[in-house]
Amino acid sequence: MTLKTTFLGAAAALALTSGAALADPAIIFDLGGKFDKSFNESSYNGAERWKAETGGSYRDVELQSDAQREQALRRFAENGFNPIIMAGFSFATALETVAADFPDTKFAIIDMVVDAPNVRSVVFNEHEGSYVVGVAAAYAAEGDTVSFVGGMDIPLISKFACGYAQGFKSVKPEGNVIVNMTGTTPAAWNDPVKGGELTRAQKAAGSEVVFAAAGGTGLGVLQTAADEGMLSIGVDSNQNYLQPGHVLTSMVKRVDNAVYDAFMQGEDLETGIFVMGLANDGVGAAIDEYNEALITPEMKAAMDDATAKIVSGEVVVHDYMSDETCPAY
Amino acid sequence: MDYLTIIQILDSALRLATPLLLTCLAGLFSERAGVVDIGLEGKLLAAAFLAGAAAAVTGSIWIGLLAGIAGSLAFSMLHGLASITFKGDQLISGVALNFLAAGLTVVIGQSWFQLGGRTPSLSGNGRFEGWDLPFADAMAKIPVIGPAYDELISGHTTLTYLALLAVPLSWWVLYRSRFGLRLRAVGENPSAVDTAGISVVKLRYAALVIAGVLCGLAGTYLASLAAGFVKDMSAGRGYIALAALIFAKWRPWYALWATLLFGLLEAIGNRYQSIALGDFVIPVQFMQALPYILTVIILAGFVGKAIPPRASGQSYVKER
Repeated sequence: MTLKTTFLGAAAALALTSGAALADPAIIFDLGGKFDKSFNESSYNGAERWKAETGGSYRDVELQSDAQREQALRRFAENGFNPIIMAGFSFATALETVAADFPDTKFAIIDMVVDAPNVRSVVFNEHEGSYVVGVAAAYAAEGDTVSFVGGMDIPLISKFACGYAQGFKSVKPEGNVIVNMTGTTPAAWNDPVKGGELTRAQKAAGSEVVFAAAGGTGLGVLQTAADEGMLSIGVDSNQNYLQPGHVLTSMVKRVDNAVYDAFMQGEDLETGIFVMGLANDGVGAAIDEYNEALITPEMKAAMDDATAKIVSGEVVVHDYMSDETCPAY
Repeated sequence: MDYLTIIQILDSALRLATPLLLTCLAGLFSERAGVVDIGLEGKLLAAAFLAGAAAAVTGSIWIGLLAGIAGSLAFSMLHGLASITFKGDQLISGVALNFLAAGLTVVIGQSWFQLGGRTPSLSGNGRFEGWDLPFADAMAKIPVIGPAYDELISGHTTLTYLALLAVPLSWWVLYRSRFGLRLRAVGENPSAVDTAGISVVKLRYAALVIAGVLCGLAGTYLASLAAGFVKDMSAGRGYIALAALIFAKWRPWYALWATLLFGLLEAIGNRYQSIALGDFVIPVQFMQALPYILTVIILAGFVGKAIPPRASGQSYVKER
């Protein structure tokens, strides 16, 4: 951590001398790390896409502990980076204080709403995307049981589970969705062995398709599902390639688009709440060469139908986080 | 709950208990020789990483196993160097190893594979296959014993059987061999051992070598089971093993039962995330906390006094 601070200091000194007036954008990755094959990596990809297309440069930092949030944020703001993007809901408290101190700097936070005039809050309708993969799971399963493995037991993850259950039950109303959470501490994001055991237990209880929204734990779920001859569903990034032929689809969250858009607008970042849902390709089910064979025509038709109905407002997917209850289980 | 479900839960318990048992025995050897080993978690992580990395590169889990043992041994020796040779504080050295492992595995993994500290997925010979014991298929048709034999006893990986074998072996080494007698003595009263003309330092290093090998097996088991390394994948198992060790009063057979109990509780927690008792539903958080709650309760009242080896935690200094 001392090393990190040194680097941060060095970066700060460099930025001061090399002309902070240029106002490069900056991004702060959350604890999962830049290459987590999931959420943070997706935001990294968005930033890299911006860099490749515009030739601009940006600054980034990977957090090592919760205590660094405000420090990193303040450091970037002091050094004139604009806009500053935060990948992760955990930044909310730190941002509330820092945003007020730097009214001329624009901030963007992903997965959380922070009410300040210079903040863009990007939220995703994960429940909508999860609904669509739930429909896919219902068509893929011969019986009437599918399951879900979540990481840490927080409302955001229940939002995935609830959307998935609603999608599944829209096709098989009498079906059963087993919902398991790995744990209640951050260690639950990185326990593939336990993820695997949960998957085995779900398989024993009759589940045929398992949806993993659990970070590194999810890799163990996908692996065990492949070992046990089940189908799995990945999350955040497109994870279809991880177990080709065994991953039914992935519920992708286009965090990269959110970061790319924010970087593109630069200092003139529009603030306010931005909702990324099925309608504006913010979430969706990934289909590529690794899972084509698993997606049957009628499954595809049902998924497209569900998507169209949600976009048109004909089907309203209940958001678990609105009242912390789920009608589907 | 039918019979088959019970068998499946026991089967899962055995899988979950294997790394705990190996790690617990590692701690047992080390602490019996008077070296407190809070660095078990770090060794487990280092072994899992190197095993995952070597198996991913070579495609053979056996080479992965050797690499895992080598990594864990290196950490063990570092612990020995700091706490035996240089007589540093054993707790601090162990904690430092845990931090070192958590950081190093990710940094090295990132520079080797560019996967964010993850290793590529292992497949085929890169993992341990389950062993089908003789007649497992034929026996499966026999009621009652059949499924138990087929599901519970057969079909585990080499390391699970090895871990179970390590229990009587550890018992024999500790209580029936000359080496074991000296090892135990060095944890109780090192000066007596020294007076008898036996090297305290050598014995303690020997104990750490055994601990390193056992942790290496446990780490490799994790990497093989999860088909690769993910950062922080040991997820506190080193600490649970340490709790199991106290629970087991530093005895090999008790260590087996203690770790099996922890495995069983975790398996039940995985299987039944919430149990309904009439109108009252036991919440999932309680089920997940159960192993820890139980540790406190059992330690406080049921096992009686758990007395650590007397010289545990103290570096040996000859009188001048």
